[in-house]
Amino acid sequence: MNPRHIFGRIGLWLSVFVIVSPAILFFLWMASLSLKFEINNASYPPVFIPEHFAWKNYADVFASNRFLTYFSNSLVVTGCATGLAMLVGVPAGYGIARMAAHKSAIVILIARITPGLSYLIPLFLLFQWLGLLGTLVPQIIIHLVVTVPIVIWIMIGYFETTPLELEEAALIDGATRWQVFRHVALPIARPGLAVAFILAVIFSWNNFVFGIVLAGRETRTLPVAVYNMISFDQLSWGPLAAAALIVTAPVLLLTVLAQRQIVAGLTAGAVKGG
Amino acid sequence: MSVVTQASSAADKAFSSEVGTGSREENASKQDSRAGGSGDVAPAREWRPPSYWPFVIPALVVVLAVIVFPWVFTIWMSMQEWKVGSPTVFVGLANYLRLPTDPRFVEAVGHTLSYTALSVVLPLVFGTLAAVVFHQKFAARGFLRGIFIMPMMATPVAIALVWTMMFHPQLGVLNYLLSLVGLPPQLWVFNPTTVIPSLVLVETWQWTPLVMLIVLGGLAAIPTEPYESAQIDGANFWQVFRFITLPLIMPFLFIAGMIRMIDAVKSFDIIFAITQGGPGSASETINVYLYSVAFVYYDLGYGSAIAVVFFLLIVALAALLLYLRKRLLWTSELGDAA
Repeated sequence: MNPRHIFGRIGLWLSVFVIVSPAILFFLWMASLSLKFEINNASYPPVFIPEHFAWKNYADVFASNRFLTYFSNSLVVTGCATGLAMLVGVPAGYGIARMAAHKSAIVILIARITPGLSYLIPLFLLFQWLGLLGTLVPQIIIHLVVTVPIVIWIMIGYFETTPLELEEAALIDGATRWQVFRHVALPIARPGLAVAFILAVIFSWNNFVFGIVLAGRETRTLPVAVYNMISFDQLSWGPLAAAALIVTAPVLLLTVLAQRQIVAGLTAGAVKGG
Repeated sequence: MSVVTQASSAADKAFSSEVGTGSREENASKQDSRAGGSGDVAPAREWRPPSYWPFVIPALVVVLAVIVFPWVFTIWMSMQEWKVGSPTVFVGLANYLRLPTDPRFVEAVGHTLSYTALSVVLPLVFGTLAAVVFHQKFAARGFLRGIFIMPMMATPVAIALVWTMMFHPQLGVLNYLLSLVGLPPQLWVFNPTTVIPSLVLVETWQWTPLVMLIVLGGLAAIPTEPYESAQIDGANFWQVFRFITLPLIMPFLFIAGMIRMIDAVKSFDIIFAITQGGPGSASETINVYLYSVAFVYYDLGYGSAIAVVFFLLIVALAALLLYLRKRLLWTSELGDAA
């Protein structure tokens, strides 16, 4: 431990602190806002840790009669959109990887580039024509725009790295392609399935733009519900921040718990996405 | 007794295996015919390279329905005069010709370009610095990296809500922080001249982690030899970064820049939730304007034309970046030769 080394360690920890603090401070401030009474939220200079915690902000959010509806809407939309995407996307990723049909990935690239709003105009008309607008079905279907490309993209990457020898051996032993996929390829690709699932869930859960157009009063998902609270409830910051934290808490929890999978998926997807 | 059971179980096995192979063959033939193969069932012994089309077809149907169909429909619709509730009239390219004469659209293009430029450059700079730090070994690195990427995974609307409170001119914490270092209070998103930089601040805070992750992947791929020889030659930290690290991570920086560009151009949630394009139309980007045209004024024909032009603009920007990359690689190779 020479002085130069110690100096380096201090510098390193200082830079780590500087880099991580915007994220930490933001979320701490979010928690602080959500736990303060109006008096504390409106005081200047701002109070960071109040004397009394306003747990009632959270109780208020859960007690408002529609919040649970919106929560279950979010669960249904994200659950169905992710489940369907896994159902069609995982076999597709396998097929594309085995056929080495790399040109088909261009469709996924175009989907990645296209602004979400441009899907909304035609699909909005289609759903209106089909008379589906009062239900959750339109949102489930349009969330597939987000989830299916993610799942296909990540699964192509994973199946490309899994060994072919086992599959060939199984085929020669008389297994069908489906059996090879189901019993040989799929178990090996389990880490990839986790990555695709987690990312699809997060990006579907967070989606806002599809909801503001397609959701009615009864079919709002949580991000849309929170947005509507901003416009009607500008001044009571405590419950608003509490609602915001409740909406994003599942995702933040998932990020910390599954950060290795998320990082793997994002870098794989992102690096290939370029 | 026991012989009988054995025999029957053997028969069971034989039966089930027969059923098994039967259904297997049936499956195979079904897959062949679905894949548009020759149709006749291949003999079981002959091995053929498998067709994987049946795996792809369900996804293909979904992609056709939710991605390709909307695209075709949008292009067709962009040539119609179509407002909800009134009949459609074919107008050819009139919607496109209207774009350059629409001051709000022209202004929105300007906002989009400045917002994008800032939202690409700032996360690239901070993300690279953060990656250099996260490339070092220190305690709890994995956990801290998890914290660091939280901004980009969190629900954008929820984040936007808290930033709106932080930007508040009287009660917001940002003006308090400015007063601590002796700077005058700002109006942030409530002033037309500072609204775009303020939104870029949020975007940068949110997306610097993605750049960090990509560059970190690049740093992991760099061999250690150049660093060892640089250390022997007595290069300082800045020289090492400028002449070894930076050139080697250049390809990753381009990829990060490309992704950042695509996402920044399309940015919607943050802008819409914090300012709705205001004050006035000072932060109205193409995406926000597209929303107003299509779903506030319900001018779907014109909105579709904006969507098409918007997509072409993104493709053009991506092509420009690719061209710049070629040019830069070429000049750097030239520099190496000289």
